[in-house]
Amino acid sequence: MAARNHRTWQTFALTSLLLLLGRSAFAQDATASKIDTGDTAWMLTSSALVLFMTPGLALFYGGMVRGRNILNMLMKSFIAISVVTVLWILIGYSLAFAPGNAFIGGFGWLGLKDVGLGVNADYSATFPHQVHMIYQLMFAIITPALISGAVAERMKFSTYVVFIALWSLLVYAPLAHMVWGLAGTKGFLGDKGSLDFAGGTVVHISSGMSALVMAVLLGKRRHTGDARPHNLPMTLIGTGILWFGWFGFNAGSAGASGSLAASAFVVTHIAAATAGLSWVLVEWIAYKKPTALGFASGAVAGLVAITPASGFVGPIAALIIGAVVSPICFTAIKMKSKLGYDDTLDVFGVHGVGGTLGALLTGVFCSKLINPLGADASMDQLGKQALGVGVAIVYSIVVTFILGSILKATMGLRVSEEDEIVGLDLSEHGESGYAEPASGANTLEPEGFGH
Amino acid sequence: MIKVEALIRPQKLEDVKSALSDIGIKGLTVTEVRGSGKQKGYTQHYRGAEYTVNLLQKLKIEIVVKDDDAQEVAQTIVKAARTGEIGDGKIFLIPVAEVIRIRTGEEGDAALS
Repeated sequence: MAARNHRTWQTFALTSLLLLLGRSAFAQDATASKIDTGDTAWMLTSSALVLFMTPGLALFYGGMVRGRNILNMLMKSFIAISVVTVLWILIGYSLAFAPGNAFIGGFGWLGLKDVGLGVNADYSATFPHQVHMIYQLMFAIITPALISGAVAERMKFSTYVVFIALWSLLVYAPLAHMVWGLAGTKGFLGDKGSLDFAGGTVVHISSGMSALVMAVLLGKRRHTGDARPHNLPMTLIGTGILWFGWFGFNAGSAGASGSLAASAFVVTHIAAATAGLSWVLVEWIAYKKPTALGFASGAVAGLVAITPASGFVGPIAALIIGAVVSPICFTAIKMKSKLGYDDTLDVFGVHGVGGTLGALLTGVFCSKLINPLGADASMDQLGKQALGVGVAIVYSIVVTFILGSILKATMGLRVSEEDEIVGLDLSEHGESGYAEPASGANTLEPEGFGH
Repeated sequence: MIKVEALIRPQKLEDVKSALSDIGIKGLTVTEVRGSGKQKGYTQHYRGAEYTVNLLQKLKIEIVVKDDDAQEVAQTIVKAARTGEIGDGKIFLIPVAEVIRIRTGEEGDAALS
């Protein structure tokens, strides 16, 4: 506040001086003159919105695990905020966005060297470069945290921390560069014209595919006779927070406050609402009951699917994307039991499958009427989308498999059977989420009238 | 002395308590229990994964009374806890060898009044 007042005073003094000299205009310093306060305000707001998604994700996931693992589940999201932030400042941002080659950024911006408060022509023409850095950091945080849903209730916390640290540098940063890198040599997927507005490939396909790999490497949980969610109200609160934060995720990806942000905001909401409805309808038909978890799953699947498309498609396209994503993700999740992997909270089924669908449908529905910098729908564009999807899938699976296998051979991925039975809250953190004994079982069922 | 042990629907507890209170029964012990009988369980779906719940929640009420009062207490519970649907529960009458009030050391019927 003091600095701002000081600046206002300076401007006032300068203006007065120039007016006194009979000049009608005055010059500000070149950098400051390009900063748009509206854009800056929106991008800072969006950064806060996207950060809020990670605690939202923690609750979304937390409600779905058994009560004896609740704190561990929450911590797997929260610790990502700290670990990825530290790495991002030191190395990650440079690897993702600094001038480098077509696949990865260089070391020019290590420790945020040259990432200042002036604008950056490539990433933030109208707001400070550090705002772009902090906005992108929030994406880098939530992406590895998404994987935690697949490794829930059995992965060692220590190994998890090392995993997300290395994953954010080896998988996330290069993919972000390939898709969004503009400084120096453009990232090769962006250069090929593969569209990803807010992270369908970088965030959702990468985390979803890596989740599948980790679920396979870890193996199934033991003792899952009754593994029902322990607190679905918590999951629904998390869903609400994710939905709210997603407006920053997608509309903020416009990189400015204006019509494109508005368009992305609108289609994001439409897809989420429609997908929540279509998931519930599928369940209504399949099981005669519309479930709360189904609604939450659908809304998130809709948000995932619209993410790559959000700045390129219109409202009716969003409606269609939302309508089709839920039946497809629902079917993918049903396959899990047949194929036998334990993707505990369906990260692959929702983010991997939903992200892939959204990235492909972007090529079906995109229009230059929505975004002149995008493309018009065509078979050619669909091919470019498939290229982006394919690269993201292959790259994340290969690198995650190597990384996961090395960690499995060195640190070990799983807690002991005894620790798993006791619950990870007690065995990994030495505390309990609830005052009652951390048995975690749902001890009480609602009583029903039999027939 | 008889222990009246009743397994009832949880949502019938208030009715049973007030009916017992009306016939002068103040002392009772209530435990949350789960069990199965003729009442079928129910099926839940979580993202399509099916869980069948067949141990249902019930409450166990235990009351120890003089031999002469046991029938009245049991009939009072039957009336208050009945819905007519399968799953209303059961009542067991069990002989009790001795009762001692911890505070005073009183024994037998004296410990019950």
